[in-house]
Amino acid sequence: MSDTSVTSPVVEVRGVRYSAGPRRIFDGLDLTVERGSITAVMGPSGTGKTTLLRLLTGQIRPESGSVRVLDQDVATLPKRGLFALRRRMGMLFQNGALLTDLNVFENVAFPVREHARLPEPVLRRLVLMKLEAVGLRGAAELLPQELSGGMARRVALARAIVMDPEVLIYDEPFVGLDPVSMGFIVRLIRSLNEALGITSIVVSHDVQEVGTIADYSYLLAGGSAVAQGTTAQLQATDDPAVRQFMQGSSEGPVAFHYPAPDYAQQLLDATDLQTGKKP
Amino acid sequence: MTAALQRVGAVTLFLLRLLAVCPAALRRPGPVIRQVYNTGARSLIIIMLCGLVVGMIMGLAFSDMLARFGSESALGVAAGLALLKEMGPVITALLFAGRAGTSLASEIGLMRATDQLTAMQVMAVDPLRAVVAPRFLGGLIAMPLLVAVFDFMGIFGTQLIGVSVMGVDAGTFWSQMQNQVGLDDVGEGVIKSLVFGFACTLIAVFEGFHAEPTAEGVGLATTRTVIVSSVLVLIFDYMLTAAFL
Repeated sequence: MSDTSVTSPVVEVRGVRYSAGPRRIFDGLDLTVERGSITAVMGPSGTGKTTLLRLLTGQIRPESGSVRVLDQDVATLPKRGLFALRRRMGMLFQNGALLTDLNVFENVAFPVREHARLPEPVLRRLVLMKLEAVGLRGAAELLPQELSGGMARRVALARAIVMDPEVLIYDEPFVGLDPVSMGFIVRLIRSLNEALGITSIVVSHDVQEVGTIADYSYLLAGGSAVAQGTTAQLQATDDPAVRQFMQGSSEGPVAFHYPAPDYAQQLLDATDLQTGKKP
Repeated sequence: MTAALQRVGAVTLFLLRLLAVCPAALRRPGPVIRQVYNTGARSLIIIMLCGLVVGMIMGLAFSDMLARFGSESALGVAAGLALLKEMGPVITALLFAGRAGTSLASEIGLMRATDQLTAMQVMAVDPLRAVVAPRFLGGLIAMPLLVAVFDFMGIFGTQLIGVSVMGVDAGTFWSQMQNQVGLDDVGEGVIKSLVFGFACTLIAVFEGFHAEPTAEGVGLATTRTVIVSSVLVLIFDYMLTAAFL
């Protein structure tokens, strides 16, 4: 490995613009993820956090700007190159996205069977080690339908790390977890990052949880990163929009309500919402 | 009209992409065999039952019809030709579309709706190769086998009713069939079963793969699978029958 690849950022997003239909999602997004760090991407719902993950994994391409991951330009990579790059990345989906026709063991074994020809005993040990790491070695024979949401996400995490990726992307890893699973996943993200040297990108709107483990955070709003820094820096900010988000308040410059006509006027008007006719 | 043409274009492009990954899918026979089991073996009961009943109906109806011309002895030929050339492939294909086609479409559609296909792509696995191709090949292999089972049960059913209930002579039944039903008749049925299997499976995997990732989208894909494959089977049957005349 050359010196530049050790020190260069793992992810570099520069001036990205992207629209979904008529809606502009990113308008000049800049973001950098340093090697070996845990970087949090936060923001209210609908600010394009999941879209960012799709850009990083090359599922969609930006209209302009560049997305570089592990020193390769994702937007211009041909399919073969993109697949080679994805083998070096892991991703944890919000709902786990386990393959429903395979049991837990086979789900974790799936990427290995697809990409490497390991002897069965070696594969077995590898999968059991990854399942042990997420505390689910005993559930190897269960089907995804038999798992709780938290367990499914842990299996998905075992699957995401089975190929020893250099970058691990977490899409809303804390949503809908009970406190025990939540604490477990938080510790796991930290320990995977430290023990295996994996660069982690955590997309979440769970400010408290992600704040405890992130080395650096970005706050997305209105199509770009409106704030960035360590958790302490973000919490100490004077920006009212950032403060509102960090403190989870519904009052502030960030609108909680979807744009609507005047409330009192609409109630008094008594227009029938179903038919649109006045009584 | 434009929408229909666009759809035909989309199916054709999908087919070309699918055919390109089929050799790679065949190099891993495990999933293909599992799909032959899923689409074929799991449809066996319904195919056997329907084949038997259709045969029994033909035993009754054909005996009655032929008796009016004094030619009950032709029951074996009539039933054999009708089953091998028309009824076997067509009814099996319609049942296949209802049983295996819907299950393929909804399974693949749900895999899309629950991000399983996206997860595969992110794991650098082409879902067309890992999910769609084994199901397509499995259906292609299963269909002619199911038609053979249907034909066998149908002839058995006709013989059961025609000989034991309607009183047609067993020797005449079998010898007439042996004399008049040739290998080309069997071949016609085999070709039809291959074409129908191809059409039904292709439509099912296409609809499932392109389903909107919602409950409504998956439902719509399933419905469309049954309707489009049933209509296609009947149209193809007419064209093939005309071609074989």
